[in-house]
Amino acid sequence: MDAMERHDVIVVGGGLIGLTIAWRAAQRGLDVLVLERDGCAHGATRAAAGMLAPIAEIDFGTAGESLLALGLESATAWPAFADELAAAIGEPSRLRTDGTLILARDRDEAEALERQLAHRERLGLPVERLLASEARRIEPALVPSLRMALSLPTEASVDPRWVCDALLVAMRAAGAELREGAAVASVTRESGVARGVELESGERLAGEHVVLATGAWAGALANVPVRPVKGQIMLLRDPEGEGLVTHTLRFEHGYLVPRADGIYALGASAEERGFDLTITARPLYELLRDASELVPGILDLEVAEISAGLRPGSPDNLPMIGTVKEDGLILACGHYRNGILLAPLTATMVLDAIAGAELPDVVAPARHTHATVVG
Amino acid sequence: MQSRAAEKTGTTAFVLAGRELPSRLILGSGGFTSLELLAQAVEASGSGLVTVAIRRIDPAARGSLVDLLDSLGVAILPNTAGCYTARDAIATARLAREALQTDLIKLEVIGDERTLLPDAPELLAAAEQLIADGFEVLPYTTDDPILARRLEDAGCAAVMPLGSPIGSGMGIANPYNIALICEQASVPVVLDAGVGTASDAALAMELGCSAVLSASAISRAEDPVAMAAAIAGAVAAGFAARGAGRIPRRLYASASSPLAGMPDLG
Repeated sequence: MDAMERHDVIVVGGGLIGLTIAWRAAQRGLDVLVLERDGCAHGATRAAAGMLAPIAEIDFGTAGESLLALGLESATAWPAFADELAAAIGEPSRLRTDGTLILARDRDEAEALERQLAHRERLGLPVERLLASEARRIEPALVPSLRMALSLPTEASVDPRWVCDALLVAMRAAGAELREGAAVASVTRESGVARGVELESGERLAGEHVVLATGAWAGALANVPVRPVKGQIMLLRDPEGEGLVTHTLRFEHGYLVPRADGIYALGASAEERGFDLTITARPLYELLRDASELVPGILDLEVAEISAGLRPGSPDNLPMIGTVKEDGLILACGHYRNGILLAPLTATMVLDAIAGAELPDVVAPARHTHATVVG
Repeated sequence: MQSRAAEKTGTTAFVLAGRELPSRLILGSGGFTSLELLAQAVEASGSGLVTVAIRRIDPAARGSLVDLLDSLGVAILPNTAGCYTARDAIATARLAREALQTDLIKLEVIGDERTLLPDAPELLAAAEQLIADGFEVLPYTTDDPILARRLEDAGCAAVMPLGSPIGSGMGIANPYNIALICEQASVPVVLDAGVGTASDAALAMELGCSAVLSASAISRAEDPVAMAAAIAGAVAAGFAARGAGRIPRRLYASASSPLAGMPDLG
């Protein structure tokens, strides 16, 4: 036991959520170790489009409004978070604040947008209806037959890979340690309390606090109802550089998100297929078909990458963050479609949990009773 | 005392392909924004049969849709949504049988991506083959009475005509055809597709349908749980009204309390 490596905090999972928690914890002077099974940002982070879009993503109902409140709080934190990260690595921030357009191709989609508009107006959110001509003035690459658009001027986006690269530098500078290729086999407990992990190699590591940030794989190490929801996404590259479109464009079954250097993320499918990462033709065809009906110019772009990732789905689409009462394990999982957006807020909450503070009920892991828990 | 509708079907219970179901509402599982909402809508609907698009999920994936429906105690009706040829539909049905251990299949063979309307000749061909393979086939069909008869003759366990295109919420575009299909069918007629709100479901039952399938009307409503309860109520109300025997339509008013021939009620 005396020879065992000890840390204040062991973070399991080196995705964007885990790295953000590690950075923030290290900044507070805690001794932090991140354990990553493969390489950092290889999971959902790598396939994420990086939309910071609480208003575009809102669903009807109370769960939708709870998620909106969390999303707005985290979105507010993002500019300072990105600035601080950029300063830590000596680069300009890559947060994009051009806003989002939600597009309708035809009468049916315009009717659906009117309902979306009314819902957001009822909640007092910043949203504006644009005529097709107005939308095309600010995005001339949009198809002339566009029917209408909604403008969400406050919605932002960020390249998750840039964030992770920056987090790795910032986190290490703050003193956190990272082990890649370190697969955790189980959480170890002393007198029923989570106090470390055992790796698949058999090595045991001790941690005063153990934080689970393992995305879609959370269910392997804890009794949480997280399921994988597959998303296929492609990166397109404009050899002419930036400028084809500047806003995030959303349409009925997808989105096109501009990044630096003329890169566009076009996503994404949502498939209930378990832990499957196969790339298949249909979603890619449908995304290209739908997106090119709105931005014909994308068919001239280079296909830079096609990938699949697994979103960590939770039963109500809200994350599970905080301390499990039974064993003290700290969860930061179930972020579903909103992991990048919710990362700064999640890190704040996890540090609160480490400090013993109460977290909001809407993220409490215990809200999923076994009657409704899946798996 | 049995109602007229009950006399026609022999019982008030709803029997589909030999299975007695607790409700005349079949729920579609597509379009819900979360698994929790789906679970709550299933409970609010009282439905005992829920469709699952077999090509869009991995039935073996644990912790997902199939596990949820199992835990709710409802039967799963796999469908072949997304199939454009008889060949694909047959392969999908076999996959569903293998994965879910059920002979039930809701057969969809789609002819066109824009309208998602059924491809009639391809549907009939697929139905024949699947029936020969021992499936209980529930075909999603156009509201064509002749095609419905041909599907029944081929051995389908029910016919499922559309009210209007999938997800359109346009209600029953041709009530006359739905009534004709119901009148001639000796298997259950399940209105499939087109329901937009509760009154559409009530109308289907009043026209003589044995059951209604609803997916988008519930899953894409602002409050899916409330809409599930509303449509379940409409299905029950429409069925009861059909059995109760509606009054004939008249061009002119007819006083509900005529003065002549009144009994003396003291």
